[in-house]
Amino acid sequence: MSILRVENLTKTYTSGGRELTVLHGVNFTLEPGDTFAIVGPSGSGKTTLLGLCAGLDRASSGSVYLNDIRLDTLNEDQRAAIRNQYVGFIFQNFQLLPTLTALENVMVPLELRGEKGAAKTAQALLDRVGLGQRGHHYPTQLSGGEQQRVSLARAFANRPKLLFADEPTGNLDADTSATVVDLLFELNREAGTTLVLVTHDMELASRTQRIIRIKGGTVVTDTKERKSERVEE
Amino acid sequence: MDSPHFQTNLLPRPDAGWLFRMAWRDSRRSRQRLLLFMSAIVLGIAALVAINSFGDNLAQSIDDQARELLGADLVLSTNDPKKEKLFYPLLKKVTPTTSQTINGLNVVDSPYEYTNEISFASMVSFPKNQGVRLAQVKNLTLGVSNFGSQNSYPYYGEWQIVPQSAEKLWRDQLQKRPKPYYALVDDALMVQFGAQVGDSVQVGGVSYKIIGRVLKTPGQSTVTTTVAPTVFLPFVAEDLLQRGSRVSYKYYFRFTDGTDVEKIIKQVGPKLEKEGINYDTVAGRKKQTGRAFGDLTKFLSLVAFVALLLGCVGVASAVQLYVKEKIASVAILRTLGASGRQAFLIYLIQTAIMGFLGAAIGALVGSAIQLILPRIFSNFLPVTVETSLSFPAILGGLGTGLLISVLFSLLPLLAIRNVSPLRAIRNSYEDDLSGRDPLRWLVYLLVIAFMVGFAYLQTQNLMLAIGFTGGLLLAFGILTALGLGLIWLVRRFFPASWSYVWRQSLANLYRPNNQTLILVTSIGLGAFLIATLYLTQGLLLGQVELSASGKQPNMVLFDIQNEQLGGVKKLVAEQKLPVLQQVPVVTMRLSDINGKTDHVNRNDTTARPPKWAFTREYRVTYRDTLISSEKLVSGKAPYQADGAVYISVEKPFFDRMHLKLGDTLNFNVQGAPIQTIVGGTRDVEWNRVQTNFLVVFPSGVLEQAPQFHVLMTRVPNNQVSAQLQRGLVSQFPNVSAIDLGLILKTVDEILGQISFVIQFMALFSILTGLLVLASSVVISKFQRLRESVLLRTLGASREQILSITVLEYGLLGLLAALSGIVLSIAGTWGLAQFVFEVPYKPAVLPLVVVASLVTVMTILIGVFNSREVLSRPPLDVLRAEV
Repeated sequence: MSILRVENLTKTYTSGGRELTVLHGVNFTLEPGDTFAIVGPSGSGKTTLLGLCAGLDRASSGSVYLNDIRLDTLNEDQRAAIRNQYVGFIFQNFQLLPTLTALENVMVPLELRGEKGAAKTAQALLDRVGLGQRGHHYPTQLSGGEQQRVSLARAFANRPKLLFADEPTGNLDADTSATVVDLLFELNREAGTTLVLVTHDMELASRTQRIIRIKGGTVVTDTKERKSERVEE
Repeated sequence: MDSPHFQTNLLPRPDAGWLFRMAWRDSRRSRQRLLLFMSAIVLGIAALVAINSFGDNLAQSIDDQARELLGADLVLSTNDPKKEKLFYPLLKKVTPTTSQTINGLNVVDSPYEYTNEISFASMVSFPKNQGVRLAQVKNLTLGVSNFGSQNSYPYYGEWQIVPQSAEKLWRDQLQKRPKPYYALVDDALMVQFGAQVGDSVQVGGVSYKIIGRVLKTPGQSTVTTTVAPTVFLPFVAEDLLQRGSRVSYKYYFRFTDGTDVEKIIKQVGPKLEKEGINYDTVAGRKKQTGRAFGDLTKFLSLVAFVALLLGCVGVASAVQLYVKEKIASVAILRTLGASGRQAFLIYLIQTAIMGFLGAAIGALVGSAIQLILPRIFSNFLPVTVETSLSFPAILGGLGTGLLISVLFSLLPLLAIRNVSPLRAIRNSYEDDLSGRDPLRWLVYLLVIAFMVGFAYLQTQNLMLAIGFTGGLLLAFGILTALGLGLIWLVRRFFPASWSYVWRQSLANLYRPNNQTLILVTSIGLGAFLIATLYLTQGLLLGQVELSASGKQPNMVLFDIQNEQLGGVKKLVAEQKLPVLQQVPVVTMRLSDINGKTDHVNRNDTTARPPKWAFTREYRVTYRDTLISSEKLVSGKAPYQADGAVYISVEKPFFDRMHLKLGDTLNFNVQGAPIQTIVGGTRDVEWNRVQTNFLVVFPSGVLEQAPQFHVLMTRVPNNQVSAQLQRGLVSQFPNVSAIDLGLILKTVDEILGQISFVIQFMALFSILTGLLVLASSVVISKFQRLRESVLLRTLGASREQILSITVLEYGLLGLLAALSGIVLSIAGTWGLAQFVFEVPYKPAVLPLVVVASLVTVMTILIGVFNSREVLSRPPLDVLRAEV
């Protein structure tokens, strides 16, 4: 069973009375445990594709199946429940809740599921990302790298089947980026999560098993075959 | 492939506790701000709790002190002293008889006693400084008792007299009758003429020694004594009580404890009414006073409600700004899997808790304020109000605060349900909130239903509640329109050539997230209340002053007997004064309408005339033409034809009586029956200084009836007025004079007292407006900080930023004040034009004062809240903010 299946996905916006198609008939399938990068220049439709795959938005046509659940038939609240159940997120600008402490930020996905012992799980995750002592700090009291590590802990809190990372190192310097990326891949491997990475950093993308390149809303290359080669290596 | 196996309701969801925890966590860094905007409702709730607590305490005090209000168990009043002899046989039948030993004798009789009071208007003079004026004279006699008691009025309650010993002197003289007689004089009158205890006062040619000044008579408020100050006398000369004079006789009864006065009245009431004797019992007075002051507190609670609504508008706008700041957080929560409803509930819980806290603080403040209310209202209150905590008022305040803050936050909070998680990955995404939420119509409906419901609860009158809500929405609507209009004007005629500082502050009035509308509405409404108060006061005074100008009469002499008429005219002529009008007045009562008597009419359910139609005394004149203050509406002026007497009736009175042209009215003119026919109706301008009448007879009917005359003249100044009055007092002691100057002064004094009460209430609106201002400045501070920091970074000096702030808030304050004043001028113009029908010239000075004060306050608050931007380094400020 595939974890993510995208069929003939098209997204059109109306802007100033004009129709603008940002994605044209995109197709791909991801198996559990895959690591996958979407690359392309600014405005190519990467983030739109990520939004559609994660159920943050609805396609104009085509379908997204997440864990075999067809997203475009669900309403926003049902998709929110799906996100909480199966999906983790990492954002370029961290998107921590500014009024919550680091620990509370990590607890939110667990609490939303009504799980018991959220604080304990969240503390363990903060320990894992090396911020065990900073749980009571607010996001403004943390550096960018630290915020992104909290964000990583939060993303893995609900043991997602699928992790979406949108330019996870876009706001970080090179050294911090390297630490965060290492941590991301480590955690991913430990949890056996499928990783979908949106980036224009080819070096980062090269660490995934499969890369699709988008330009003008269309998939121009898909390195699906590379996966088998690398596996064989 | 479809997704048949996914059902969200099977997923575990967080419990309600999590929503409260999230609300608590999320509020942590904005609690001060939340508290500040909730403080906008503190004053409204405080005003409401204060007024309602005061109302409850007042009702309780009226209940407790009902006997003191009346000063007796029962009061009977009549215009005919001969009726007194009916009391004994009437009451003997219905009162329980007791047997007791008095002076060694066994007396079996009805156990009651009473004091007789004769009251009438008369000229009184203070010889020491030759002061003369019309006053109420009350002649109180020795109590009459069936069982040897020697008490007299007041039987209950305290007569506050200085010195206290005067009351005993007064009571003693009723038995001993020393000469000269002693008098007690109302404080207001003593102050007016600088009279002291020990001086003498003259009434009807008799001199009395003043033994005490009366500060308070049971059941009377200070305002009553301002209008008609009283001189209490033990004895009056008979000539003052001549026929035709308007004398009323009151009998204050006290029964032994345990007597059921209501039961007695139930039995004798109809007989008393039939004899033209009015009665007033403790229960009746309690009901009447309670109703009057119930109305007052209801009115004031509506004024408090206005302040509360202003606060709510402030809350709504503050929550709107707050929600805007929180949208990013909501989007993150949505990506993490929170439903729209959950996100909405988190913020609803926050506002509800803050609303409840605001209400709780308001209830505390209100309970404290109510302690001073009895002092503020003391001039109007006939009872001493005991203050205590009123739990119904406090609970009502808490409930209202909670409900109103939730209701008014709903509109901005609704947007949270629609926030898209896409915002977490796209900064520019705004499509989710661009549509109009249909649920907002439901919220509008709820708000209006709440306003009508609340007003109805306060007034118990649906039409009034709808009218109040409609009026308030209209005022809000007009102020909003004015605010929008002003924004449009600034935009349309933007002075592009002005300096940067001016342009920046003017642009702040219309740029996104501006505060123009909310401040114009809230501060404008406060300014409107205050300005309207001043303008209406000016209008009322102006109306009286208008009558005092030109060739209009300004002095009225009345109670002139037939034989005195020549002499009074001569006296007027001696002072070289004109007789502008001379009118005979005959008093009479109505015995039946179309042959149906009082009793019959009350059993007839179709269009019966009101009860008072048959009990009131009619003062009637006779002439064949209408005068300048009258206008014919239907039929003809009074006339006689074929031996029938056709009278003219005032139109509104005609309507209230359910009369028709051609109806027969039978009058009892002091014993002589006279049949008349309604021959015409007329409109009367009551606000002119004229003798105006409800009923006018034709000439040739009443000439021989007992009557008195009214004469009008115009005095050029106070000196001549005093001379004429002194002449009258010495030659014609029973003739009274009303000086228009005195009325003007009285109106001024009463308005002064009323306006203080209204100003006190308007203060709540103004303060709420300023609090709303303070909170919206704080709420929007972060946005301002960014801009100011940017400006500072680009090289703007601190002075420039300060100037921009001062100008912006100055303009806002001025716009708000002007909007309120424009609305107020329009309102009072309407009053002048359609209600008082007088030319309208608003007093400019008070308006300038109101506008300046409001503007300065706005600037001060604006600058005070922005002081951080001015005094701290830009980066510091930014880092400190979340």
